[in-house]
Amino acid sequence: MRPVKYNENEKVSLAPIPDGYQGEGFMATKFDEVIGLARANSLWPLPFATSCCGIEFMATMGANYDLARFGSERMGFTPRQCDMLLVAGTIAKKMAPILRQVYLQMAEPRWVIAIGACASSGGIFDSYPVLQGIDQVIPVDVYVPGCPPRPEGILDGVLKLQEIVKNESLRRRHSEQYKGLLSEYGIQ
Amino acid sequence: MTEQHVKLTEGALEKETTTINVGPTHPATHGVFQNIMEIDGERVLSTVPTIGYIHRAFEKIAERRPYYQITPLTDRLNYCSAPINNIGWHLTIEKLVGMEIPKRVQYLRVLIMELARIADHLVCNSVIGVDTGALTPFTYVFQWREKIYEIYEEICGSRLTTNIGRIGGFERNFTEAAWQKIDAFVAGFPALLQEFEELLTRNRIFMDRCIGAGPINAERALSYSFTGPNLRASGVDYDVRVAQPYSSYEDFQFNIPIGTAGDVYDRFLVRNREMWESLGIVKQAVAKIKELDPSVFHAEAPEFYLPEKADVYTKMEALIYHFKIIMGETDLPAGEVYHSVEGANGELGYYLISDGGRSPYRLHFRRPCFIYYQAFPEMVSGGLLSDAIVALSSINVIAGELDA
Amino acid sequence: MSNEQIKEQLSARFPDLGEWEEQYGLLTFRAAADQNIKILQFLFEELQFQFLTDITGVHFPDRKDEELCVVYHLHNLPANVRLRMKVYLPVERPETFTATQVFAGANWMERETFDFFGIRFIGHPNLTRILNVEDMDYFPMRKEYPMEDPTRIDKDDEMFGRG
Repeated sequence: MRPVKYNENEKVSLAPIPDGYQGEGFMATKFDEVIGLARANSLWPLPFATSCCGIEFMATMGANYDLARFGSERMGFTPRQCDMLLVAGTIAKKMAPILRQVYLQMAEPRWVIAIGACASSGGIFDSYPVLQGIDQVIPVDVYVPGCPPRPEGILDGVLKLQEIVKNESLRRRHSEQYKGLLSEYGIQ
Repeated sequence: MTEQHVKLTEGALEKETTTINVGPTHPATHGVFQNIMEIDGERVLSTVPTIGYIHRAFEKIAERRPYYQITPLTDRLNYCSAPINNIGWHLTIEKLVGMEIPKRVQYLRVLIMELARIADHLVCNSVIGVDTGALTPFTYVFQWREKIYEIYEEICGSRLTTNIGRIGGFERNFTEAAWQKIDAFVAGFPALLQEFEELLTRNRIFMDRCIGAGPINAERALSYSFTGPNLRASGVDYDVRVAQPYSSYEDFQFNIPIGTAGDVYDRFLVRNREMWESLGIVKQAVAKIKELDPSVFHAEAPEFYLPEKADVYTKMEALIYHFKIIMGETDLPAGEVYHSVEGANGELGYYLISDGGRSPYRLHFRRPCFIYYQAFPEMVSGGLLSDAIVALSSINVIAGELDA
Repeated sequence: MSNEQIKEQLSARFPDLGEWEEQYGLLTFRAAADQNIKILQFLFEELQFQFLTDITGVHFPDRKDEELCVVYHLHNLPANVRLRMKVYLPVERPETFTATQVFAGANWMERETFDFFGIRFIGHPNLTRILNVEDMDYFPMRKEYPMEDPTRIDKDDEMFGRG
């Protein structure tokens, strides 16, 4: 029989199996690890693109910098079905309640990446209509600096979020600390 | 949270029509603007657009910044074709000051502006495709936008918001790598545009979706102060590059495509044709630049153009000029000037009132998107909801230019 | 059609126009607040200035009784000539007539001018704020207001050189 070879590309590495107890035809490990692995590699993004960072985000979605290979194949434009809110672009004060509403409509577990300088801290626009950073209205997990950040930067942000998601405890969303964080933003 | 983002009109809930909110976050609105539509089944009766969701107060910020620091601000107007905005701003200041720009710099500027125009039209046309359901041309086109980005990177270092050039020229001469990339682009782009046209232009489904959607006739378009491809699709051949040529556009041979019906299909075709024309201008520019002295990349204007760093550290005059420019001690004439360039969306105008100081007294951007978007209700009333969506993407509303 | 001809025809019809200037080739003149629509209509019908390029406002806090200025840029497409008209208004009663009857595109341009400067256009179908939030109670582009948000607490003005 012709021998079968897998994983011929040396540069691509398979994600390691989580540690656990293996036996004949079964493997026992912790929920945290398996679910973390599954969640991290299938984050569905909700693009909330307002301005120039949105175009760089479109370039990241395109064929050259392909975000889909990291599991973000489906750009769901509905908050109900997405895990990861990618806020790309300046958020004005007029837009802030809408951003908050979209965040509230997302189901747990949800993560937020602030792409670009404007979403992280108001950017170059220190003026009266601009919200100086989206962390004034919603909790943020990863900040990607840049104006606009290169697609590699956005991918780096998504990869860092994957690390966070992989190592997150399943009980985090019910913990006192998380509830305290949400109540700081006025979210029940 | 009971904030109402949709203000219902009196008795809206008792009527038989539906009020829907094509809200600021919507996959079809490429940018943040809201349309509160009143629909009867599938037919749109009326729509009220709301904008300002990305108002960043550019004009107020510009009153605080020195002239050379306003260039990054102009980038973020129509961010799909940022070099046109930058160069337009530099031309405005050069008009105010009365600076003479060498031919080679002007031709280089034309080259960059036409590449930016191609980039913007690529986005607009592929997005019309996406809104009718065709995602493939979008992915093909973005590959080639990456190539334009690479050309920008060779010249100014940045991909999207370029801050390209300086008052008086460019910051550095175009490198060998930049010329190679430009040549490769010019050689390979026709094949892509051909493929793009084959996918969409005579596609039965695309034509059925687009013909007759969102029409506006020439008279109404002129009354609404339309400019750019939207006006040309309605049949009026007004192009600022031809009417008031700037940066030596009069030395180039190009046609202005115009349409007849002013609907989505005409706008799509006009933009396609303009991309071919822009490619022709790029080829002519490359040929013309080869004949000129390759060391010239900026005007001789030491009052405005920063001297070479090596000179700043060794020569006295260069040091003084550097100091004066950075600290804003340059003598600028007081006066008011209006200069416009042909942006990708139309006539992008800069109305600058200078009081001789470091920052403008008043800077107003005549933004084409803002002006023609007010005609959107008239374009879609009476049509189907899906036609309204396609019409919205065909007029190429860029949120940065809409709100400034 | 040269700038001289336009000036002659306009002065013949409206003798009290003033401040004729020609900056960078663009003929500029000044009109009274109650005459602006008559002049725009005359320019539209007689002189073929049928394209409104832009309407905007400027605030000159130092000019007494004429602090706010509405600037109209017009364009005669067939003859390829541009024109600028200015209307000065006092800041206590900044009112003038709307140009929406003459040009449909003046609608949002005037709303933007109202939003930023507080200039009221009498007869406008919907003179409300367009770019800023609706419950804003001041007119931000006037010179007395700062660029930054006056209510923000997270940035230290000392560090930004404006303490």
